[in-house]
Amino acid sequence: MLHPITSNHYLVLSAAMLIIGTLGVLTRRNIVIVLMSIELILNAVNINLVTMSHHWQNLHGQVFAIFVITVAVAEAAIGLGILIALFRNKETVQADEIDLLKW
Amino acid sequence: MDAILFFLFAAIAVVSAINVVVQRHPISSALSLVGVMGSLAVLYLLLGAEFIAAAQMIVYAGAIMVLFVFVIMLLNAGAEKSPRKGWILTAVAMPLLVLFLGMVSYIIQRGFPNAPLVVFGQFTGGSPKDVGMALFTRYLLPFEITSVLILIAIIGAVVLARKEME
Repeated sequence: MLHPITSNHYLVLSAAMLIIGTLGVLTRRNIVIVLMSIELILNAVNINLVTMSHHWQNLHGQVFAIFVITVAVAEAAIGLGILIALFRNKETVQADEIDLLKW
Repeated sequence: MDAILFFLFAAIAVVSAINVVVQRHPISSALSLVGVMGSLAVLYLLLGAEFIAAAQMIVYAGAIMVLFVFVIMLLNAGAEKSPRKGWILTAVAMPLLVLFLGMVSYIIQRGFPNAPLVVFGQFTGGSPKDVGMALFTRYLLPFEITSVLILIAIIGAVVLARKEME
Protein backbone atom coordinates (compact mmCIF):
# COMPACT_ATOMS: atom_id res chain seq x y z
CA MET A 1 0.00 0.00 0.00
CA LEU A 2 1.30 3.40 -0.93
CA HIS A 3 1.81 6.08 1.64
CA PRO A 4 -1.13 8.53 1.78
CA ILE A 5 -0.50 11.88 0.12
CA THR A 6 -0.22 14.96 2.31
CA SER A 7 0.34 18.62 1.51
CA ASN A 8 4.04 18.08 2.13
CA HIS A 9 4.34 15.88 -0.96
CA TYR A 10 3.10 18.73 -3.10
CA LEU A 11 5.42 21.20 -1.38
CA VAL A 12 8.42 18.93 -2.02
CA LEU A 13 7.40 18.62 -5.68
CA SER A 14 7.23 22.41 -5.82
CA ALA A 15 10.71 22.69 -4.32
CA ALA A 16 12.06 20.20 -6.86
CA MET A 17 10.56 22.16 -9.75
CA LEU A 18 12.00 25.39 -8.33
CA ILE A 19 15.48 23.87 -8.08
CA ILE A 20 15.32 22.47 -11.63
CA GLY A 21 14.14 25.82 -12.97
CA THR A 22 16.87 27.73 -11.15
CA LEU A 23 19.42 25.27 -12.50
CA GLY A 24 18.18 25.94 -16.01
CA VAL A 25 18.34 29.70 -15.60
CA LEU A 26 21.87 29.54 -14.23
CA THR A 27 23.46 26.96 -16.54
CA ARG A 28 21.86 27.30 -19.97
CA ARG A 29 23.12 29.76 -22.57
CA ASN A 30 20.21 29.66 -25.00
CA ILE A 31 17.91 32.51 -23.98
CA VAL A 32 14.78 30.65 -25.15
CA ILE A 33 15.53 27.83 -22.73
CA VAL A 34 16.30 30.34 -19.97
CA LEU A 35 12.82 31.83 -20.49
CA MET A 36 11.31 28.33 -20.34
CA SER A 37 13.13 27.71 -17.06
CA ILE A 38 11.59 30.91 -15.68
CA GLU A 39 8.19 29.43 -16.60
CA LEU A 40 9.17 26.34 -14.58
CA ILE A 41 9.94 28.53 -11.56
CA LEU A 42 6.60 30.33 -11.84
CA ASN A 43 4.85 26.96 -12.08
CA ALA A 44 6.57 25.85 -8.88
CA VAL A 45 5.11 28.93 -7.18
CA ASN A 46 1.69 28.02 -8.56
CA ILE A 47 1.86 24.50 -7.09
CA ASN A 48 2.69 26.05 -3.74
CA LEU A 49 -0.23 28.48 -3.91
CA VAL A 50 -2.78 25.86 -4.96
CA THR A 51 -1.53 23.44 -2.32
CA MET A 52 -1.90 26.05 0.37
CA SER A 53 -5.37 26.87 -0.96
CA HIS A 54 -6.25 23.20 -0.39
CA HIS A 55 -4.50 23.22 2.99
CA TRP A 56 -6.50 26.14 4.37
CA GLN A 57 -9.66 25.12 2.48
CA ASN A 58 -10.22 28.54 0.95
CA LEU A 59 -9.89 30.16 -2.43
CA HIS A 60 -7.35 32.93 -1.95
CA GLY A 61 -4.36 30.87 -3.06
CA GLN A 62 -6.08 29.95 -6.31
CA VAL A 63 -6.85 33.60 -7.07
CA PHE A 64 -3.18 34.40 -6.54
CA ALA A 65 -2.28 31.53 -8.85
CA ILE A 66 -4.40 33.14 -11.57
CA PHE A 67 -2.49 36.39 -11.09
CA VAL A 68 0.80 34.50 -11.30
CA ILE A 69 -0.32 32.89 -14.59
CA THR A 70 -1.19 36.34 -15.93
CA VAL A 71 2.17 37.77 -14.96
CA ALA A 72 3.88 34.74 -16.54
CA VAL A 73 2.10 35.41 -19.82
CA ALA A 74 3.13 39.07 -19.78
CA GLU A 75 6.70 38.09 -18.90
CA ALA A 76 6.90 35.55 -21.74
CA ALA A 77 5.55 38.05 -24.27
CA ILE A 78 7.99 40.79 -23.21
CA GLY A 79 10.92 38.37 -22.91
CA LEU A 80 10.39 36.96 -26.39
CA GLY A 81 9.96 40.50 -27.76
CA ILE A 82 13.30 41.48 -26.26
CA LEU A 83 14.79 38.28 -27.69
CA ILE A 84 13.59 39.14 -31.21
CA ALA A 85 14.99 42.68 -30.90
CA LEU A 86 18.31 41.23 -29.69
CA PHE A 87 18.43 38.71 -32.51
CA ARG A 88 17.81 41.45 -35.04
CA ASN A 89 20.85 43.35 -33.74
CA LYS A 90 23.28 40.58 -32.77
CA GLU A 91 22.18 37.55 -34.83
CA THR A 92 22.48 35.24 -31.83
CA VAL A 93 20.38 33.76 -29.03
CA GLN A 94 23.33 32.66 -26.89
CA ALA A 95 23.44 34.66 -23.67
CA ASP A 96 27.24 34.67 -23.44
CA GLU A 97 27.62 36.25 -26.89
CA ILE A 98 25.45 39.22 -25.93
CA ASP A 99 28.03 41.33 -24.15
CA LEU A 100 27.19 44.86 -25.30
CA LEU A 101 27.57 46.26 -21.80
CA LYS A 102 30.80 44.45 -21.05
CA TRP A 103 33.64 46.94 -20.77
CA MET B 1 -5.77 5.86 -6.15
CA ASP B 2 -4.78 9.39 -5.14
CA ALA B 3 -1.27 8.24 -4.33
CA ILE B 4 -0.86 6.45 -7.66
CA LEU B 5 -2.07 9.48 -9.61
CA PHE B 6 0.09 11.86 -7.61
CA PHE B 7 3.28 9.84 -7.95
CA LEU B 8 2.67 9.12 -11.64
CA PHE B 9 2.10 12.73 -12.62
CA ALA B 10 4.66 14.16 -10.22
CA ALA B 11 7.23 11.83 -11.77
CA ILE B 12 6.19 12.91 -15.28
CA ALA B 13 6.44 16.57 -14.23
CA VAL B 14 9.89 16.23 -12.67
CA VAL B 15 11.33 14.11 -15.50
CA SER B 16 9.94 16.51 -18.12
CA ALA B 17 11.31 19.48 -16.18
CA ILE B 18 14.77 17.90 -16.09
CA ASN B 19 14.40 17.22 -19.81
CA VAL B 20 13.61 20.91 -20.41
CA VAL B 21 16.90 21.85 -18.80
CA VAL B 22 19.19 19.19 -20.31
CA GLN B 23 17.97 19.08 -23.92
CA ARG B 24 20.27 20.68 -26.46
CA HIS B 25 17.63 21.68 -28.97
CA PRO B 26 15.03 24.34 -27.97
CA ILE B 27 12.15 22.52 -29.70
CA SER B 28 12.77 19.42 -27.54
CA SER B 29 12.73 21.63 -24.46
CA ALA B 30 9.47 23.23 -25.56
CA LEU B 31 7.78 19.83 -26.05
CA SER B 32 9.01 18.70 -22.61
CA LEU B 33 7.58 21.89 -21.14
CA VAL B 34 4.18 20.92 -22.58
CA GLY B 35 4.53 17.65 -20.63
CA VAL B 36 5.25 19.58 -17.43
CA MET B 37 2.22 21.83 -17.95
CA GLY B 38 -0.12 18.91 -18.67
CA SER B 39 0.91 16.86 -15.66
CA LEU B 40 0.72 19.92 -13.42
CA ALA B 41 -2.84 20.49 -14.65
CA VAL B 42 -3.73 16.96 -13.49
CA LEU B 43 -2.15 17.70 -10.10
CA TYR B 44 -4.23 20.88 -9.82
CA LEU B 45 -7.32 18.78 -10.50
CA LEU B 46 -6.31 16.43 -7.68
CA LEU B 47 -6.07 19.48 -5.41
CA GLY B 48 -9.60 20.54 -6.36
CA ALA B 49 -8.57 23.55 -8.44
CA GLU B 50 -10.62 22.89 -11.56
CA PHE B 51 -10.45 26.39 -12.98
CA ILE B 52 -6.69 26.66 -12.49
CA ALA B 53 -6.24 23.31 -14.24
CA ALA B 54 -8.24 24.48 -17.24
CA ALA B 55 -6.43 27.82 -17.30
CA GLN B 56 -3.10 26.00 -17.06
CA MET B 57 -3.90 23.90 -20.12
CA ILE B 58 -5.30 26.78 -22.17
CA VAL B 59 -2.87 29.53 -21.22
CA TYR B 60 0.39 27.63 -20.70
CA ALA B 61 0.13 24.55 -22.91
CA GLY B 62 -1.82 26.52 -25.50
CA ALA B 63 -0.86 30.16 -25.74
CA ILE B 64 2.61 30.39 -24.19
CA MET B 65 3.96 27.25 -25.81
CA VAL B 66 2.71 28.32 -29.23
CA LEU B 67 4.48 31.63 -28.67
CA PHE B 68 7.70 29.84 -27.72
CA VAL B 69 7.60 27.44 -30.66
CA PHE B 70 6.81 30.33 -32.98
CA VAL B 71 9.82 32.31 -31.78
CA ILE B 72 12.09 29.26 -31.98
CA MET B 73 11.08 28.69 -35.59
CA LEU B 74 11.33 32.40 -36.38
CA LEU B 75 14.86 32.66 -35.03
CA ASN B 76 15.85 29.32 -36.57
CA ALA B 77 17.70 28.53 -33.36
CA GLY B 78 19.61 25.32 -33.80
CA ALA B 79 21.08 23.03 -31.20
CA GLU B 80 23.24 24.76 -28.63
CA LYS B 81 26.92 24.12 -29.08
CA SER B 82 28.54 24.61 -25.75
CA PRO B 83 32.05 23.67 -24.85
CA ARG B 84 31.88 20.80 -22.39
CA LYS B 85 32.44 21.85 -18.84
CA GLY B 86 34.55 19.39 -16.92
CA TRP B 87 32.66 16.32 -15.76
CA ILE B 88 34.05 16.92 -12.26
CA LEU B 89 31.88 20.03 -11.94
CA THR B 90 28.78 18.04 -12.88
CA ALA B 91 29.75 15.14 -10.65
CA VAL B 92 30.06 17.49 -7.68
CA ALA B 93 27.06 19.68 -8.43
CA MET B 94 24.40 17.01 -8.98
CA PRO B 95 24.74 15.28 -5.58
CA LEU B 96 24.81 18.73 -3.95
CA LEU B 97 21.52 19.64 -5.69
CA VAL B 98 19.91 16.39 -4.53
CA LEU B 99 21.24 17.04 -1.04
CA PHE B 100 19.76 20.55 -1.12
CA LEU B 101 16.38 19.15 -2.17
CA GLY B 102 16.62 16.63 0.67
CA MET B 103 17.34 19.42 3.14
CA VAL B 104 14.36 21.43 1.87
CA SER B 105 12.14 18.34 2.18
CA TYR B 106 13.39 17.79 5.74
CA ILE B 107 12.62 21.40 6.66
CA ILE B 108 9.12 21.13 5.14
CA GLN B 109 8.51 17.91 7.07
CA ARG B 110 9.72 19.53 10.29
CA GLY B 111 7.64 22.64 9.65
CA PHE B 112 4.40 20.74 9.07
CA PRO B 113 4.86 17.49 11.04
CA ASN B 114 1.22 16.41 10.75
CA ALA B 115 0.16 17.89 7.45
CA PRO B 116 -3.43 17.09 6.43
CA LEU B 117 -4.12 14.40 3.88
CA VAL B 118 -4.92 15.50 0.34
CA VAL B 119 -7.95 13.50 -0.78
CA PHE B 120 -9.53 14.04 -4.16
CA GLY B 121 -12.95 15.68 -3.83
CA GLN B 122 -12.29 17.01 -0.34
CA PHE B 123 -12.07 20.65 -1.43
CA THR B 124 -14.60 21.69 -4.04
CA GLY B 125 -14.23 25.46 -3.87
CA GLY B 126 -12.23 25.79 -7.08
CA SER B 127 -15.02 25.80 -9.63
CA PRO B 128 -15.13 28.61 -12.20
CA LYS B 129 -18.15 30.07 -10.41
CA ASP B 130 -16.35 30.37 -7.06
CA VAL B 131 -13.16 31.71 -8.62
CA GLY B 132 -15.16 34.23 -10.63
CA MET B 133 -17.04 35.39 -7.55
CA ALA B 134 -13.76 35.92 -5.71
CA LEU B 135 -12.13 37.67 -8.67
CA PHE B 136 -14.98 40.09 -9.31
CA THR B 137 -15.80 40.98 -5.71
CA ARG B 138 -12.96 40.80 -3.26
CA TYR B 139 -10.09 40.87 -5.76
CA LEU B 140 -11.64 43.36 -8.18
CA LEU B 141 -8.90 46.00 -7.84
CA PRO B 142 -5.98 43.59 -8.47
CA PHE B 143 -7.95 42.15 -11.37
CA GLU B 144 -8.30 45.57 -12.99
CA ILE B 145 -4.64 46.37 -12.36
CA THR B 146 -3.79 43.06 -14.06
CA SER B 147 -5.66 44.21 -17.15
CA VAL B 148 -3.48 47.35 -17.21
CA LEU B 149 -0.42 45.10 -16.89
CA ILE B 150 -1.56 43.05 -19.89
CA LEU B 151 -2.09 46.25 -21.87
CA ILE B 152 1.42 47.43 -21.02
CA ALA B 153 2.81 44.02 -22.01
CA ILE B 154 1.04 44.14 -25.39
CA ILE B 155 2.33 47.63 -26.14
CA GLY B 156 5.81 46.72 -24.93
CA ALA B 157 5.97 43.57 -27.04
CA VAL B 158 4.86 45.45 -30.15
CA VAL B 159 7.35 48.25 -29.56
CA LEU B 160 10.21 45.83 -28.87
CA ALA B 161 9.61 43.48 -31.77
CA ARG B 162 8.86 46.22 -34.32
CA LYS B 163 11.30 46.92 -37.10
CA GLU B 164 13.24 50.13 -36.56
CA MET B 165 12.05 52.91 -38.86
CA GLU B 166 14.76 54.90 -40.53
